[in-house]
Amino acid sequence: MGAIFSDPAQWLPLTFAALMGLSILIYVVLDGFDLGVGVLFPFAEDAEKDRMVASIGPFWDANETWLVLAIGILLVAFPAAHGAILTALYLPVAIMLIGLILRGVSFEFRAKAPAAQKRAWNNAFFIGSMMTSLSQGFMLGLYIMGLQWTVWTVGFATLTAVFLTVAYSFIGATWLVLKTEGALQLKAVEWSKGGIWGLVLGLGAVSLASPLVSPRIFDKWFSFPEIVLLAPLPLMFCLLIGLLFVGLKRLPTADDSFAWLPFAATIVLFILAFFGLAYSFYPYVVPEQLTIYEAASAPESLLIILVGTVFVLPAILGYTVLSYVIFRGKARALSYD
Amino acid sequence: MDTLILSRIQFGANISFHILFPTITIALGWVLLFFKLRFQATGDGKWMEAYRFWVKVFALSFAMGVVSGITMSFQFGTNWPGFMEHVGNIAGPLLAYEVMTAFFLEAVFLGIMLFGVSRVPPWLHTLATFLVAFGTTMSAFWILVLNSWMHTPQGYEIRDGVAYATNWLEIIFNPSLPYRFSHTLLASGLTVAFLLAGLSAFRWLRGDRSDGVRAAMRTGVTLGALLIPVQIFVGDMHGLNTLEHQPAKVAAMEGHWDGDKSPVPLVLFALPNAETRENDFEIAIPYLGSLILTHSLDGKIPGLNDFVTEDGEVLHPPVAKVFWSFRVMVATGMAMLVMSWAAMWFMRRGRGIEGLPKPMLYGFVAMGFSGWIATLAGWYTTEIGRQPWLVDGVLRTADAVADVPAGMVLGTLLAYLAVYAALIFCYISVLTYLAAKAAKGEPTRIFDTPRSGEAEVRAITPAE
Ligand code: HDD
Ligand code: HEM
Ligand code: HEM
Repeated sequence: MGAIFSDPAQWLPLTFAALMGLSILIYVVLDGFDLGVGVLFPFAEDAEKDRMVASIGPFWDANETWLVLAIGILLVAFPAAHGAILTALYLPVAIMLIGLILRGVSFEFRAKAPAAQKRAWNNAFFIGSMMTSLSQGFMLGLYIMGLQWTVWTVGFATLTAVFLTVAYSFIGATWLVLKTEGALQLKAVEWSKGGIWGLVLGLGAVSLASPLVSPRIFDKWFSFPEIVLLAPLPLMFCLLIGLLFVGLKRLPTADDSFAWLPFAATIVLFILAFFGLAYSFYPYVVPEQLTIYEAASAPESLLIILVGTVFVLPAILGYTVLSYVIFRGKARALSYD
Repeated sequence: MDTLILSRIQFGANISFHILFPTITIALGWVLLFFKLRFQATGDGKWMEAYRFWVKVFALSFAMGVVSGITMSFQFGTNWPGFMEHVGNIAGPLLAYEVMTAFFLEAVFLGIMLFGVSRVPPWLHTLATFLVAFGTTMSAFWILVLNSWMHTPQGYEIRDGVAYATNWLEIIFNPSLPYRFSHTLLASGLTVAFLLAGLSAFRWLRGDRSDGVRAAMRTGVTLGALLIPVQIFVGDMHGLNTLEHQPAKVAAMEGHWDGDKSPVPLVLFALPNAETRENDFEIAIPYLGSLILTHSLDGKIPGLNDFVTEDGEVLHPPVAKVFWSFRVMVATGMAMLVMSWAAMWFMRRGRGIEGLPKPMLYGFVAMGFSGWIATLAGWYTTEIGRQPWLVDGVLRTADAVADVPAGMVLGTLLAYLAVYAALIFCYISVLTYLAAKAAKGEPTRIFDTPRSGEAEVRAITPAE
């Protein structure tokens, strides 16, 4: 252990990999729920759509900033990997960006354009959310498959695209269970009940596929003693799914207690899935090609960022929490006054 | 067309689209803070009215800026991996500091600024407004540090073709930063000044006689009149600084081919001809070039021909584009000078917007987006003027481009262009629509009017 910390070329890449992982995780949870809300748009009535947007309006911009941070860390800490990954994913990245553009501007346009055009902007919001979720899922799949474009890998990536979209819509639905009331909350419970199957299937598929495509990952999970040490992960996973099933059956409760439960449980699920993936891929940042140690940039440059991060990241987390506290409770109609 | 040229067009298109919106939000954030503080100091509802209208413009522009900014942050990786590989050790930390000190600040507090009025105490709302304005300015600072460093790099050393930082203070406060930063902030102020005046004139012509319009018009005209002389002065200094560090760019701006020529005339109009390496149809004022650039009547400046190597390699930027962009910017600046000072004169001694003759009102409407034109023209001068270098003297644009098929770049480029064209159209028409709607008399509401139920109905079934 001591040896690691005396050599910056060892611990700096690791630290930055952890930071990048953290911001990807925060991104997937936070933007996951607001993208999910967009994916659920067609199932809602017009008035409900306003309420759904109101529940994410104050947050979406900051949520997306975690993506910028994640990509920023990839770029600053692992420049070689940054180029390799993003050029391999050129097309899905472009689709994601156009999706993000469409949905981001729709927040504003749907409220400000003439009423007759509102429907069009609602559609743009949905389409943008779909494009973003699908392309992110696609990229995840392709990444798991080692960034190769073959019939097989594209097929797998198409599957993960669908599953990630389902996962986002699921966490979006549980967010709505937390943030809404009345008929919409009831609907959100129903949506969650539907989504949970997709979630189980998706997580299952990814967990099965990654060890199968990579003998290295297979060994990491299924050799002794790892298999015993890692056993709690799938166990907790099953437990949470069970909890979600039971919880969703009883929701909404009369006094709205436990409305937070599905959302909280889903966050934990996302965290578990994320750790599973991270464990599989460590120490690679470009699967099977580049490790974080090979791809890291100069220690001087990493240090100067780290110094800033130590001070700034807690502040960011602090005022992020502040904003969730300010906008706690059931979503009210959004207005500038 | 090959990947290089397509990637350049794509990057140029994306950044041009992006810059349109920060140019508005950087200064508009401060203007909103001004409106709000005026309201708190005077209790006069007109400031609140102005705030209410312009906060919508701000929110819309901000969203456009954010989504196009996210595109920017991917562009480096998708199109210019060589950039990060060669100068990532310097560009990386600067971009990271931008994300950490600016983006999160503005993004989080924007939510509170826009939707938090009824949920937080007034001081916290004002603080949020301040932090958003501050955050946008910080964004501009960090990104301009990087951009300025690309023009006037220092504080680094090259080992095996990769740049390593040796002195961060030198990197951050590189020679062109003070000029570029102040010139860009002033550009933002002017863009907003003319947008304020333009949309207010539009509302006025539509018969809107509200106090909010008067306040916004006066703010816009005054801001414009105050900033434009400063901008011209700073622009001149910026040019002198460029002459020192990037003489080839200034030679292109001036259409100046022969470095031995003295005195240097100021070329007003010409068609720079890259074939004959001369200007066709030149109209020039003798001596003035020397006077402006060297502050003497017979000073010499390097000419474009000085930047061609023995074996004929051209190391200066394409002349005509730089030459013309520069003239578009300066001409717009001159138009701004004339308009804002004429308007000040007509509005003198409390005459206000009533004092403006009708043609001037139409003039302001026409110039509503003139800030965009000048800003883009200025950036084209700067960026095209740096070619063929990406980082001046360190890295060539051609050596940074990604190895992706040209067809893919072309396809995505067309998609971006289509989205951008549609969005700019929607953006301008929604601004006009908001202004027309406001002119028809939107119910003015002050912070403390009863809200909840009524506002909810309004939000769900928008008026009209
Ligand atoms: C409202 C916008 C606006 C206006 C009215 C002006 N400019 Fe400007 N100019 C910009 C907006 C701008 C800009 C977009 O902000 C640029 C691009 C990069 C930069 O630093 O500022 C710029 C660049 C730029 C450059 C290139 C610097 C370089 O990179 O080497 C020069 C020499 C000037 N300006 C000079 C002027 C002069 C003499 C003006 C007098 C009328 C003027 N500008 C008006
Ligand atoms: C915001 C205003 C800006 C505008 C309008 C702008 C515009 C342009 C244009 C038109 C080009 C193409 C030049 C050519 O190929 O002939 C270009 C190139 C480039 N600029 Fe900027 N730029 C801006 C700011 C920035 C900033 C802040 C950065 C970096 C941090 C930057 C980095 C680059 C890079 C990497 C290129 C390379 C691509 C190329 O040379 O074509 N630009 N820019
Ligand atoms: C290559 C260059 C650039 C990159 C990579 C970039 C990146 C970004 C990103 C990712 C955002 C969104 C932040 C968020 O999520 O809140 C953003 C917004 C912003 N950018 Fe840029 N940007 C570039 C050029 C510029 C330039 C040249 C300026 C100004 C001079 C600028 C000023 C801003 C500002 C003020 C915002 C805040 C959002 C807004 O006001 O609309 N950026 N940028």
